[in-house]
Amino acid sequence: MATDTVTSGAVAAIGTTGVSRFAGILRSLRRSPAGFIGFIIVALLVLITSIGPIFTPTIEPNIKEILLPFGSPGHLLGTDNEGKDVLIQMIDGGRSVIFIGFVAAAISTALAIALGSLAAYLGGWVDSAVVTAADVVLTVPQIVLLAVLGALFKLDSPLLLALLVGGLSWPVLTRAVRSQVLSLKEREFVEAARLLDLGTPRVVFVEILPNMASFILMNFMIGVTNAIYSLVGLYLLGLAPLTGSNWGIMLNRAWIAGAIFNDASLGFILSPVVAITLLLLGLVMMTRSLEEILNPRLRDR
Amino acid sequence: MTAVDETPAVQDASGKPLMTLDGVSQVFDTKAGPIRAVDQANLSINPGEVLCLVGESGSGKTTAARMAAGLTRPSSGQVMFDGTDIWSLKKRDFRDFRRSVQYVHQDPYASLNPTRTIQQTLTAPLLKHGVVKGKQAAAERAYELLTKVDLTPPENYLSKYPHQLSGGQRQRVAVARALTLDPKIIIADESTSMLDVSIRISVLAMLGRLRDELGVGFLFITHDLAIAKYFGWRGRTAVMYLGRIVEFGPTPRIINAPTHPYTRALIDAIPEPDPDLTRTKNAESLRSLEIPSLAHLPPGCAFHPRCGRFEDGLCDGDVPQLIQVRPGQSAACHVVARDGADEPAA
Repeated sequence: MATDTVTSGAVAAIGTTGVSRFAGILRSLRRSPAGFIGFIIVALLVLITSIGPIFTPTIEPNIKEILLPFGSPGHLLGTDNEGKDVLIQMIDGGRSVIFIGFVAAAISTALAIALGSLAAYLGGWVDSAVVTAADVVLTVPQIVLLAVLGALFKLDSPLLLALLVGGLSWPVLTRAVRSQVLSLKEREFVEAARLLDLGTPRVVFVEILPNMASFILMNFMIGVTNAIYSLVGLYLLGLAPLTGSNWGIMLNRAWIAGAIFNDASLGFILSPVVAITLLLLGLVMMTRSLEEILNPRLRDR
Repeated sequence: MTAVDETPAVQDASGKPLMTLDGVSQVFDTKAGPIRAVDQANLSINPGEVLCLVGESGSGKTTAARMAAGLTRPSSGQVMFDGTDIWSLKKRDFRDFRRSVQYVHQDPYASLNPTRTIQQTLTAPLLKHGVVKGKQAAAERAYELLTKVDLTPPENYLSKYPHQLSGGQRQRVAVARALTLDPKIIIADESTSMLDVSIRISVLAMLGRLRDELGVGFLFITHDLAIAKYFGWRGRTAVMYLGRIVEFGPTPRIINAPTHPYTRALIDAIPEPDPDLTRTKNAESLRSLEIPSLAHLPPGCAFHPRCGRFEDGLCDGDVPQLIQVRPGQSAACHVVARDGADEPAA
């Protein structure tokens, strides 16, 4: 799919409209207000959580300032049950959640695209093998398996967590991609590509897949949200190691400390909830704009 | 349309045909039982020749074309290209064959990839098979190809997506794409039937020019004898009915002196611009307008329930074989075989 940009770059010599691809993307982004807002939300969250930690001071437990409410001087979001500033924890604790969400979704989407499209296009034993494997993984309840694996392995590396979550969530999208390719491969332009002997990888990944780019992207975003849900669920249940601090661990600690029964700890328990909700909302809204960028038909309207 | 050529230059069987369909059949298994979409068809295309395949929808034209293109494997019979059965070829030779035969589909809205620009569509095969070196050269070649199919100035089209073009323009792009690998045969499957009439003529004229300039052979499929006459005058025409070839011969003979009752009915169905002529025209009468189902073919000649020259006991017995009725012209009809080809129409 990356070859698209390369070839369109080479076109420049002969006939282009003069609008660069980047400007086109920006314009498409602004066309849908909801998508633009979503893009801003996600960009801000990613920026704050990735650059913010450089500037935040290290925080120590402080018994004198336990469970300060919202808007306390010096502690905008209050403090937790150990007297640590919630805002600083929020800034420090988003990076790994976002990272794991995106990497896990990238892994599962890549697996789903490769397996689903090849299964559909090649058919035969490849198809049977992929569908059977997908069914097997699909039947195992994910959160239970994650819980067991979390108990067996030391899941302290974010990459390992991402691999685990991503490696378990490919089957649904694989089956969806497979059924889409099954219908797309009968289209006449695919037949034309086969007659031109463009080769299986090219027919599948350049001719067929871009036609479902917005579908895949939509599912990637859903994959990110699902991965974040799984991850936060793991933390909330205390199945992933609670070292360091991130939004999931904060939720776990707030939950364990009984924060939902205490008015003063509203900032403590709501902050990670709101942050996670905002992130997921932003991602879903952003998908609308990305759809316009990827579909040339929508782009021109 | 074109000037009537009294002695058309038809290559006869003495020249070595480029492609031969040798007794090919295609049987589809359906719930209603096996369906013989094409039944023992024999066709051949000489280098640079136009072979028209005419028939109603469901007559097996497209199925025959897909077998000729190597897209589907015949249930029985052989597809020969350059003297060898394409399904016995090694993988690499099969791919060589595949590139020599290109296809222009009926629907230009479905045959171009909506996510690729015209330039990407045209340069992909050029680059993949090393027809030209480098992207710049490929872009220049795409430019030339668009000029060839009368999409000028080409720079207006190269960066466009298919949805930005009209049906006629898209079909020209599809033809340009078919030309990228210098094919020996182009299969045009109803390639003009979805276009507006005014555009149809200009696309046909463009195809005719390519036929004359490039020496490409055409397997030209149409349901419209008028178009077969216009495009394939110097070639041969095969008329198909319910999966069988019922008449085969040089196009001028098929148009001017058809022998099979079905071909006659098709010719007579072409409307005359002159109302007086229409009124006095001695049209081949049909007993029924209903086309029988392929799953339940009538016994004997499949055309007999509709045929005006039906004779009880003769036509519903055996399946008529395609036999020569005049030099170079053959028909599959019991009555014509018995009475001779020059019996005037009833």
